Amino acid sequence: MNISNLTKLIKIAVGTTVIALSSAASMAELTIGFAQTGSESGWRTAFTNATKAEAEARGYNFKFSDGQGKQENQIKAIRSFIAQGVDGIVLAPLVTTGWDKVLKEAQRAKIPVVLVDRGLDSDPSLYVTSVGSDFTQEGAMIAAWLAVETEGTCDIVELQGAVGADAAIKRQTGFANVIENFSGMKIIASQTGSWSATGGKEVMESFLKSIGGENICAVWAHNDNMAIGAAQAIKEAGLKPSEDILIGSVDAIAEIFKTMADGETNVTLELSPYQGAAAFDALEAHLAGKDVPKRITVPGGLFYPETAAEEWAKRK
Amino acid sequence: MKERKKFLDINPKIWGPIFSLVVIIVIMGIIDPGFIQIEFKDGRLYGSLIDILVRATPTAIIALGMAVVIGTKGIDLSVGSVVAICGAVAAVLIVETQLPFFMVVIVSVLVGGGIGFLNGIMVSFIGIQPIIATLILMVSGRGIAQLVTGGRAVSFDSTAMDIIGSGALLAIPVRLWIMTALVLCTVLLLRKTALGLFLESVGANAKASRLLGIEARMLKVIAYIFSGMCAAVAGMILIADVSTAEINRLGLWLELDAILAVVLAGASLNGGRIYLGLTIIGALIIQTLTTIIFSSGVPVEYNLIVKACIILAVLLIQSETTKNYVSQLRTKSLENRHAE
Amino acid sequence: MGVLEPVVDVQPLLEIKNISKGFAGVQALNKVSFSIAPGEIHALLGENGAGKSTFIKVLTGVYTRDSGKILFDGQDFHATSSGHAQTQGVSTVYQEVNLIPTMTVTENLTLLQQPKRFGLISPKRAKQRALEMLERVGLNIDPSKQLDSYSIAVQQLVAIARAIGTKAKLLILDEPTASLDAKEVLRLFELMRQLKSQGISIIFVTHFLDQVYEITDRITVLRNGSFIGTYATKKLPQAELIHAMVGKSLDELTSGSNRETSDSADDVLRIQNFGKQRFLKPVDLSIAKGEIVGLAGMLGSGRSELCEIIFGAQAVDQGSMEIAQNAVHIKSPKQAIDHGLGYCPEDRKIDGIIAELSVRENMILALQAKRGWLKPIPMTEQKAMVESMIERLSIKTPNLNKPIGELSGGNQQKVILARWLLTQPTLLLLDEPTRGIDIGAHHDIIAIMKELCEQGMSLLVASSELEELVIFAHRVVVMKDRKKVMELTGSDISQKSIVNAIAQ
Repeated sequence: MNISNLTKLIKIAVGTTVIALSSAASMAELTIGFAQTGSESGWRTAFTNATKAEAEARGYNFKFSDGQGKQENQIKAIRSFIAQGVDGIVLAPLVTTGWDKVLKEAQRAKIPVVLVDRGLDSDPSLYVTSVGSDFTQEGAMIAAWLAVETEGTCDIVELQGAVGADAAIKRQTGFANVIENFSGMKIIASQTGSWSATGGKEVMESFLKSIGGENICAVWAHNDNMAIGAAQAIKEAGLKPSEDILIGSVDAIAEIFKTMADGETNVTLELSPYQGAAAFDALEAHLAGKDVPKRITVPGGLFYPETAAEEWAKRK
Repeated sequence: MKERKKFLDINPKIWGPIFSLVVIIVIMGIIDPGFIQIEFKDGRLYGSLIDILVRATPTAIIALGMAVVIGTKGIDLSVGSVVAICGAVAAVLIVETQLPFFMVVIVSVLVGGGIGFLNGIMVSFIGIQPIIATLILMVSGRGIAQLVTGGRAVSFDSTAMDIIGSGALLAIPVRLWIMTALVLCTVLLLRKTALGLFLESVGANAKASRLLGIEARMLKVIAYIFSGMCAAVAGMILIADVSTAEINRLGLWLELDAILAVVLAGASLNGGRIYLGLTIIGALIIQTLTTIIFSSGVPVEYNLIVKACIILAVLLIQSETTKNYVSQLRTKSLENRHAE
Repeated sequence: MGVLEPVVDVQPLLEIKNISKGFAGVQALNKVSFSIAPGEIHALLGENGAGKSTFIKVLTGVYTRDSGKILFDGQDFHATSSGHAQTQGVSTVYQEVNLIPTMTVTENLTLLQQPKRFGLISPKRAKQRALEMLERVGLNIDPSKQLDSYSIAVQQLVAIARAIGTKAKLLILDEPTASLDAKEVLRLFELMRQLKSQGISIIFVTHFLDQVYEITDRITVLRNGSFIGTYATKKLPQAELIHAMVGKSLDELTSGSNRETSDSADDVLRIQNFGKQRFLKPVDLSIAKGEIVGLAGMLGSGRSELCEIIFGAQAVDQGSMEIAQNAVHIKSPKQAIDHGLGYCPEDRKIDGIIAELSVRENMILALQAKRGWLKPIPMTEQKAMVESMIERLSIKTPNLNKPIGELSGGNQQKVILARWLLTQPTLLLLDEPTRGIDIGAHHDIIAIMKELCEQGMSLLVASSELEELVIFAHRVVVMKDRKKVMELTGSDISQKSIVNAIAQ
């Protein structure tokens, strides 16, 4: 299978909420304002750059504001966008509360607002839609990757997050939804590693003994910490993680790139920095008078060992 | 008959926990013979039983300190947080400084002892109830650990830590050597001197102990210092395991496992008795259950329920009431036999 | 054996027939039989370990009997717990008041039967019922106050009020007078007579023989778990009673009184102007080598306080102390012990024994503390010491590893005495060494004290039993209102002179 198949699979997995990344003829000369939180992480900077590039490709008159980690800066930026009479506003809210007043001002000025990355607590009528990733989708993406990698045949052990945690339940569901489509894929054991490397290691150790390393094709860990622990357990059992047993996880914490660069895990997933395109699509659809769903999910980005060393150097 | 009676007379309290552990392992061995297999792999022993020993080490070491504190009629709820603080300190020292490894160990243990000292002073000299005094640090300690690392998990690269985490000496994991050494030292310290007797005396009756010339308050402080130091050692073993100090989860709820281990050993929370060896058995029982649950395929939602039920069963087996009831039944059946 | 009471004509309230109870090879009760008439005050006597407590526990269902029969009101009586016994009309008040000190009197009295109104506890009715119950025992106190704000005597009466408040026909009083002063005892007796007139029978367990003669109708004596006899109180001379209880005569118990003044000049202890604000007014006292100094006085007179400050259990704030002619400043019991002092505190159970630890551990602790934790006494040496002490003081224990809490009071006291003897003190402070222990042990302890002083040890003995002080003390210091009021020596020492000194 190749990457295009993978994309297709991901679409099956993620379902209908993905709006196709359209490069169709854009409405000419739109003025769009983007109130970003700041540039606190490498991921945030990548997000900003990707959004700028997308706006440029669409020929927008793009106004960018860096909130520098302060809500009042973001509010100031929105007011200034309103004063400038922009056609639409994209907001990456820093916090979930305190937006009602400024969102109402925008509504009175009839300027649509689209949220990216994170949601907020205001009344949904105050914004057009909220674009972001979700946990179910994250599980589905790792499952899709694994299906491609193993050509649909794999006995998987699952390291769950804390019992009852929302993220754990949804990542588990998303993963299960995808492997259902492959008769050769099944979860042969599932236990909680309580989100920690130590927990992941301990559970993996007992799996290796009770199931036998040779009977396990892959580890699906609900977060990177547990994947790191599992990799160690596999090493100590005399097997090669990422070769004898594949390992996939979610979060893209800095340390996972080091582990991956050492050739001990296979994949991690990061929230997509390419949410700008979906946000712009939603704005255009809204301005064209079409209905836009209140929630739009954008698949995250998968990272592979090939770029791991580079990412580790960037992030550590 | 006579022999058997004598065997049972050797303080049933001592046999209870050992009996429980053996029964659990034997049952598992019958269900899954792989469970009790031990192989030799890459210069070290390998198998579920070895895993149990290795995984039980941090809990066992903390429980050792807890046993001493509980023996003095105290309790130390802060140990889980002390694990986090000392783990954080050790990790930061390794990453940020060039200190030789033994200095890292010494500093962490001193930090643990220092926290124990504060607990001891609060309990012994200020007179705050132990559960409250140590609760303060239980709650705030994790925050302190976050301050130490700046709020993030700290990964490090250290050969010495790798050896502690997964090394083996004479085919036996290094951390087992550490635990054994610690237990032996504690036994020597408590049983080959009069320290253990004094601690127990203070726990059973602090006022009477003072009146017969024992420095009761100082001894309590010593107990808490010891507990803090044990937590520090456990903290270093835990971070060595995965070469990362994950402060948000490091040592979380360990205090409860440690208390449970002490109780499983047959000690009363009212103080007065310290069972060191049996406390280790208690920790092994807890870890055995955890490992069994992990390898048995019980759905995660049932983890804690299954564990709680088995522990309840073990405690019932060991309880005085059950023993009295059983001995009554036995006498009755003997009487019936005589009557026939 | 003994004078058997002629058969009483009335139907007995309680009939005990051949009750036996054993514990792991020890026969605690062996075929005990006696009966109690309605409205009778019946003394149950015996040394500690005679089986009194076991009997009460069997009767009230705390223990199940091995064999025998109990008839109560003509019915077969089989209590399953003390609560059950109480609902059947048999209530017990123990020596250690088993009420909850931190609750109010009302709460204590109505704990088991909360008066409810619409399913909720009604505080008004509860208080009313408490007042009624208190009135029955002639107590006029505010029931809404916390129980521990009242004296032990009042608490005892509250306990009795609770016990009879539930329509008791038989009341068991286990050592009710042990912690009461003379006036309080009179009050209790008045109450007992009043209950008797209401037709309530009382089993009265005590160590005070005078009280037995004052209040009871009949006496049942147990010894070593066996029934010795039931006697009419009036027909049984005290000497015969003691003989029944211990198998020894009174002469043996009081012989060998030591009266000559010690001529030893060198003082072991000398305190001058020694006191503590709001605790004890300054005291001057010296104790010579081999001398027994008695400390007389009522409860709260300062006799225990004097022992405490000498031993460093309380810090002094004035005066000076010399031990063997050297000025010392003792700030803790540890320092006192290092200077050769030993101290058996008044409240044996709270300040003396370490209940969970074994006889052996309890005995060697003080010596071990003196040696320090780094120099443990080898086990073989410990065992030898303890065994020789057990023999010397004739301590009754099945083995060295028995928790001391399970021994009888007299034996606990002997173990504590042994604890100090092992440290070879020059001066031993004994606060009420014979309180609450049986006659046999009492006799043993007095004999040991004499022997010790013959060997050159000095003793300071606080006691509320004047006849006892008169027997062994070379000198008696009388305390009153936290002050030393008189010192009696030689032939001046008599119960009368002590009482006069206190009454002055």
